[in-house]
Amino acid sequence: MTELSEAVPAALLRRPAPPIAGLVDGTAAHVARVGDYVEILKPRVMSLVVFTGIVGLAVAPGHLHPVLAAVAVLCIAVGAGAAGAINMWYDRDLDALMRRTAARPLPAGRMMPGEALGFGVVLATGAVLVMGLAVNLVAAGLLALTIGFYVFVYTMWLKRRTPQNIVIGGAAGAFPPMIGWAAASGQIGWGAIALFAIIFFWTPPHFWALALYRAEEYAKAGVPMLPVVAGARETKRQMLLYALVLMPVAAAPWPLGLAGPFYGAASLALSAIFVGAALRVCRDETDKSARRMFAFSLLYLFLIFFMLLIDHMGWH
Amino acid sequence: MVRDPESERERTIRVRNRAVMAVLLALVALFYAIAIVRIGGWG
Repeated sequence: MTELSEAVPAALLRRPAPPIAGLVDGTAAHVARVGDYVEILKPRVMSLVVFTGIVGLAVAPGHLHPVLAAVAVLCIAVGAGAAGAINMWYDRDLDALMRRTAARPLPAGRMMPGEALGFGVVLATGAVLVMGLAVNLVAAGLLALTIGFYVFVYTMWLKRRTPQNIVIGGAAGAFPPMIGWAAASGQIGWGAIALFAIIFFWTPPHFWALALYRAEEYAKAGVPMLPVVAGARETKRQMLLYALVLMPVAAAPWPLGLAGPFYGAASLALSAIFVGAALRVCRDETDKSARRMFAFSLLYLFLIFFMLLIDHMGWH
Repeated sequence: MVRDPESERERTIRVRNRAVMAVLLALVALFYAIAIVRIGGWG
């Protein structure tokens, strides 16, 4: 798979932050609304993170009181939101350059950068502290690691420097089921590692599908996504490779005893469709199949974890 | 209906204050529940 790219010129790494609309004497005339605070928590990303965290918590060995389980899920959600807020604070210069992100509260000037940073840091600290006090230190440590990894390793270090940004940085998105697992069991078992691996290998084809049809915007913003640096052909080849690797990885909870043959069969069928989608992307010269694969990848991850939950609970 | 900027700003601040109050009350309830479960020996 692609080696780390050469570092991009330092001048490109950070740009001057966009001006704040209506700034008068250092104070924003526009007051950020409650909806703006909710938006910087990236609620759509948070929903998938929370769902995978719940499944990790449900399938782990051990028992957690329902109130403490709810607290653990809340901490995962708030921690993920906090990481998103700090990411939006740091990336406000890039967000202003891309159509998809230009309307976010910071580049649109509806919120001061310091507000977003303060909000994110307070929520991150609170989520880790409550997780440690109410649930256990392993889960709190993993939550802190996840937030730190997303902010420092992905956002500040990798995102602007290498096309492998979402491969390595994708680990941050893979931690939530492991946090859920640790919350219930107080430890990290092979099952937790399997759940981590599913999201880790799913992330590259998911994000590269998006990057394929947004390549122009990423190039304009100077973000070295794989389609920008290595081209569409190489990106499609790597998407297919990751989709193929994902097939046995997604089925791993079955031989590990975390789920039964129902899950095994369902995961293999879903993964076969995922590989088929990657093959269609390889053959398609337009970005139509990449758009379809991006949409399907979200459904794929949801269904994989949902099937795991159904099988583990014996609901089928 | 067009609101003047100052009353819009005051309204936004009022809504934000209420949201902060709701979050604080939710935190009080959360810590109360955590304390009951932990001290009760269920957790």
